[in-house]
Amino acid sequence: MRSLPTLLVIGGSAGSLDILMQLLPELQPDWPLAMIIVLHRKADSETLLSDLLATKTCLFVKEAEDKDMLLPGRIYVAPADYHLLIEPDGSLTLDASEKVHYSRPSIDVTFMSAAEVCGSRLYCLLLSGANMDGAEGLQMVHALDGFTAVQDPETAEAPFMPKYAIKTVTVNKVLNLREMIDFVKDLKNLPA
Amino acid sequence: MMDHLRHLKDEDVLLLLNDLLEQYGYDFTDYSFASVKRRLQRVYIADRFPSFAEFRYKVKTDPGYLVHLMEQITVNVTEMFRDPGFFQELRKQVLPVLATYPLIRIWHAGCSSGEEAYSVAILLHELNLLHKSIIYATDINESVLETARKGIFPLQYMQQYSQNYQLSGGQQEFSRYYAANYEHAKFSDILREKIIFAAHNLVTDRSFNEFQLIICRNVLIYFNKDLQDKVLHLFSDSLEQLGFLALGAKETLRFTTVAPLFKPVAHKEKIWRKITS
Repeated sequence: MRSLPTLLVIGGSAGSLDILMQLLPELQPDWPLAMIIVLHRKADSETLLSDLLATKTCLFVKEAEDKDMLLPGRIYVAPADYHLLIEPDGSLTLDASEKVHYSRPSIDVTFMSAAEVCGSRLYCLLLSGANMDGAEGLQMVHALDGFTAVQDPETAEAPFMPKYAIKTVTVNKVLNLREMIDFVKDLKNLPA
Repeated sequence: MMDHLRHLKDEDVLLLLNDLLEQYGYDFTDYSFASVKRRLQRVYIADRFPSFAEFRYKVKTDPGYLVHLMEQITVNVTEMFRDPGFFQELRKQVLPVLATYPLIRIWHAGCSSGEEAYSVAILLHELNLLHKSIIYATDINESVLETARKGIFPLQYMQQYSQNYQLSGGQQEFSRYYAANYEHAKFSDILREKIIFAAHNLVTDRSFNEFQLIICRNVLIYFNKDLQDKVLHLFSDSLEQLGFLALGAKETLRFTTVAPLFKPVAHKEKIWRKITS
């Protein structure tokens, strides 16, 4: 699909930050996908999540700004209090519209938008949480030929969100922490 | 869940946008495509159309439905004193400068149902500037302007607004600015008298005055880059020398063609000052 990089979107809520902090250090500088992280948090979070995550990886991390271009090897973090959408040309759009599942950013919103643009070149991973967000988005990702993975609820600090996704939609893989790390690392071996 | 299998295709969205332009003169073609598509998709599913053809037919033949569709396409989510830090910045850095003018003209572009315009009026009132101020608050959407003119908002939000107000540096009892009745809060006439609510379309309409402050927060994010640039030029042309431009917390002039015309006043809170015409 044109020059869009293959994309990994990770969505998480309660109990997800810890997973990211363990996963990100495992990625090497040659990890070639673009990554978007959508994490629920308070609207007025003062500390920048992107700064925190940047301390854990050698990849370039930034809080997504309106119309940023998705580039391979970079990590974009959805800002607090905005939804994050992907344009057909691979640029990002922020959106301050209604909350979805009481959340802004909403994981569903980004999963769905990514599915529309990236089709089969999309990998989505849903982590721990106590919310219904993410499941509907995964369904659309699956319907449009993307890959869906979910954290094993047995290993999640808040199991409801991954459990709900597994119960309601088609999930390609259910993974524990070690498996999630391998899954994300191995994305670099995708056929070009 | 099966609803996603009936999702709109890109071609469908383009057809609808073309209809809206050709038939009604509403130009969404330079809006952010991802955002417009998502909005249309939501209406399409919420209103339970059996097919895209029927959705399109409804839009083309029912002007009453068009009003509803317009409300749904444009984002009308707003609150009073959203991002309190921004209002603190206005209070401290911008309004004291405006105080030196005999008449203060402010344009609030994309005001939606008016919550921010009332917030600014409150600041002006507290600095004893409201009597010599006019706020022109505009939106593309006539039905939200109707709400804005009434100045009546759901009472249930007042607790949050009051909290935002305090965080923005407000010293008064927030409740002095409205009369509560059952489920609504009606804002004081003192504030309403100084706000002119009017329809203005940033895509097609021109400048209509010169201002010392233009506020346009979380509106440009719904436009594509070309349209963002065009609207920023409209703002630049509508600002007096040394006038202020305020954008949303995640919006920037960086990488736009107007960037050389402005210097940042408050970096984090996204306020710029026009330094050249």
